[in-house]
Amino acid sequence: MANPTLHHLQHPGELEEEARAHHHPFLQHHFEDLGQQHEASTLGMWFFVAQEILFFGGVFCAYAVYRVMYPEAWSAGAHHQNWRIGLVNTIVLIGSSLTMALAVWAAQGGKRKLTTLMLVLTLLLGGIFVGVKGFEYREHIHEGLFPGASFTYVHHENPALTPAIQLFMVFYFTMTGLHALHMIIGAGLLLWFIKRAWRGDFGPEYYSPVEIMGLYWHFVDIVWIFLFPLLYLIH
Amino acid sequence: MAHSADHADHVGHAPAHHQAPLVMYFAVFFGLMIFTVLTVVASRYDLGNLNTPIALAIAVIKATLVILWFMHVIHSPRMTWIVVISSFLWLGVLFVLTFSDYLSRGWNIY
Repeated sequence: MANPTLHHLQHPGELEEEARAHHHPFLQHHFEDLGQQHEASTLGMWFFVAQEILFFGGVFCAYAVYRVMYPEAWSAGAHHQNWRIGLVNTIVLIGSSLTMALAVWAAQGGKRKLTTLMLVLTLLLGGIFVGVKGFEYREHIHEGLFPGASFTYVHHENPALTPAIQLFMVFYFTMTGLHALHMIIGAGLLLWFIKRAWRGDFGPEYYSPVEIMGLYWHFVDIVWIFLFPLLYLIH
Repeated sequence: MAHSADHADHVGHAPAHHQAPLVMYFAVFFGLMIFTVLTVVASRYDLGNLNTPIALAIAVIKATLVILWFMHVIHSPRMTWIVVISSFLWLGVLFVLTFSDYLSRGWNIY
């Protein structure tokens, strides 16, 4: 493939003039075309997601180490979670991933209203998820399961397990808290994307931002796919 | 930027455009729901040491469905595949090195 930079140096004025005449308003000047820009931006987002996988991976790894050390306490801790609420929230979150994927699909097809609607639904489902999570947190705090000075819970069958159950709850709040933080950041981004989608920024030629928003949202969904069995279902 | 041979046709065209059929998204969602129910059902039975591996295997299948089809990796350039696969490779290094330490602490081989 010819090096576009060298080519550019040979005829700078001519090419720039041509670029100005044809180029899409969202094509950055350092890319050849929207296809190359799309590949570069999705690849860049994947680098970010790779970093996020390792960020959450560290917490998951610490969780696994302590699960090996205190299997009974981990089992008792998971029993305190309401798996029915966890199941409903899992369905809500996977549903929001579906609407997010459909928003990308609609943007690719140039369907402005459908794109906006799907982003609104994604935000709504994400909001329900965080709201339910907040309700669960309130219940845990009420039961004295929040770690630290306010941890008043005692495991009746085996009081010796109580300190390790507190450790489980440290992981519970850290992992679901980091996850919820990502959801809240995602919700903020969605608000901005709803505005842009309604304004008509996206279409078949330019949908990379929606695609990248989707990568972020689906990643957060994947974290929950692992958190649900590890925090609610293990014995 | 280096393009692999099978993506060379993207160069010079506007978008690296691939609009998947709508039914695919609903099929993947349906699959994710089936596996979600399956993981809850499996956790209701006491399968001894198998409970956690089964729960993790189901989670890995669900994550793979999301990555390949919702995140469009299946139609991505090879460069994206390299980043995706290497991120899990590094995750594996994180787990293997950590556990090679913690699991061998009680061995007293000296």
